[in-house]
Amino acid sequence: MDQRPASIAAARAALDRRELSATELTRAFLARTEGVEPVLHALLEVTSERALADAAVADERLARGERTPLLGIPVVLKDIFATRGIRTTSGSRILEGFVPPYDSDAVTRLARAGAVLIGKANLDEFAMGSSTENSAFGITRNPWDPTRVPGGSSGGSAAAVAAGEALAALGTDTGGSVRLPASYCGVAGLKPTYGRVSRFGVIAYASSLDQVGPFAWTVRDLADVLGVVAGHDPRDSTSVPRPVPDYASELTGDVRGLRVGVPREYFAEGIAPEVERAVRAAIDVLAGLGARVVDVELPHTPYAIATYYLVATAEASSNLARYDGVKYGLRAGEDGDGLLDMYRHTRDAGFGAEVKRRIMLGTYALSAGYYDAYYLKALKVRTLIRRDFGEAFERCDVIAAPTAPTTAFRIGEKVSDPLAMYLSDVFTTSVNLAGLPGLSIPCGFDADGLPIGLQLIAPAFGEEIALRAGDAYQRATDWHERRPDVPAAAGLERAGRLEGGAA
Amino acid sequence: MPVSLKDVDHIALLARLGLTEQERTSLRADLDAILGYIAKLETLDTRTVEPTAHVIELPTPLREDRVVNDDQAEAMVANAPDRERTYLRVPKIIE
Repeated sequence: MDQRPASIAAARAALDRRELSATELTRAFLARTEGVEPVLHALLEVTSERALADAAVADERLARGERTPLLGIPVVLKDIFATRGIRTTSGSRILEGFVPPYDSDAVTRLARAGAVLIGKANLDEFAMGSSTENSAFGITRNPWDPTRVPGGSSGGSAAAVAAGEALAALGTDTGGSVRLPASYCGVAGLKPTYGRVSRFGVIAYASSLDQVGPFAWTVRDLADVLGVVAGHDPRDSTSVPRPVPDYASELTGDVRGLRVGVPREYFAEGIAPEVERAVRAAIDVLAGLGARVVDVELPHTPYAIATYYLVATAEASSNLARYDGVKYGLRAGEDGDGLLDMYRHTRDAGFGAEVKRRIMLGTYALSAGYYDAYYLKALKVRTLIRRDFGEAFERCDVIAAPTAPTTAFRIGEKVSDPLAMYLSDVFTTSVNLAGLPGLSIPCGFDADGLPIGLQLIAPAFGEEIALRAGDAYQRATDWHERRPDVPAAAGLERAGRLEGGAA
Repeated sequence: MPVSLKDVDHIALLARLGLTEQERTSLRADLDAILGYIAKLETLDTRTVEPTAHVIELPTPLREDRVVNDDQAEAMVANAPDRERTYLRVPKIIE
């Protein structure tokens, strides 16, 4: 019998009443990975032994009477979190064979909370991408339609939760990499405020933007995971020493008088009519619950993608300089290579096309003669984007908008057009540039049966406001209760649907 | 100003990337297109705008200068592609 509960809250109740052991729960989720992984490839590694060991520890703690939010809960981690003794790839060949000697802070906190590690999830190489097609280890398929992408860069994490391979996942969000896949896979995903969750042990992409974020089915579940991973860590100098609210107790269901700002720039040209309709209907639901809808302006929205791709790539070009074939990972080259040739051969062999593209763009933006025109210019526009939000939050408490202009696109559709791929993040990058928390929750489906995401953006360290609004919405609707029917691999092959995107 | 192959070679050297002939050509076209898109920033007047390098105002955190860990040298070099004891080996730098 399949013993997989539909949410952390449901699993929590069963575990706490001892109707189900953490070991039984873990076995059920491991069995699910065997069933769906041949089709989806959401995970780069299923850590079965570790999962069963974690579950045994959780069962002992449960037997001793411990009752805590994530005790015995199966989770997956984007393979960008360092895990001691478990291979960590960041989706890149250049980290071939890398086994971290330490755990990232979020992993330490999850382990302390008693969560069970089911596996490491696929991602765009170094978190650079919007579809998970840039992984060096093959694509991940969308559980709602395996001919489509799960979004990116945390596509494996989102797909694993959507397909029921875990009850929660961690990803990272630099320009939308939690919210976009949450939207495409029909699950809830949160990018917390910059500085809320420690990045210690998270492989860096763009350090002024990167933030750790959770995925789950419900906002209530997200609040539980955030409560565990958030908090100050002296090992991350950008981690903010600020108390962590009791997020779960903030979920009152009451949004009466809450001012919900609707930015017209997020309903501009390029948005699919079905997405606009669903997001506007979701805003109507909040209004029906007593929220007050107000118009706000974010006039620099059209400049966000250009700004993001300068700031992020400049930082990436510096962060990725560490992959030099000396300290860890791949070393390529020929006999007789000097040091410089060894660097160049290693980096050519180890990095994929998109990573090279971003390193090149970032290096260009920082190079002599171009710094002022590109990098410094972008930092100034970043100020304007930030100011927009500051002014909008004088008129509202939370901003409601689409997470993405469309639903999940087809595998292969945008791989040869980097700019088209970048534009998938048109509604998410601003939030990173301003350092704000952003939540994505499902708010409907299009005619193809693909999920649509509602984005709720709050002021810095106002996660509980977005969570409260999202939770109130989920109490009033049932989109988050829909589950994809993941087809069996055999059926897919017969229908010829695995062609084209196989990797 | 369009990106030339010479620019691509210069940037690739700065970035320590070796590129194949095909990569040179496609990166030149990609950079050209992306920079063309980014040029829209030029339409904004930012002469009086201060840059934002970081969104949170935190002072550089300081701590006491004290050893807090054991000797982890072996664990730290265990992933190195080429090493001798706890030393990393690299190709010869000086002839």
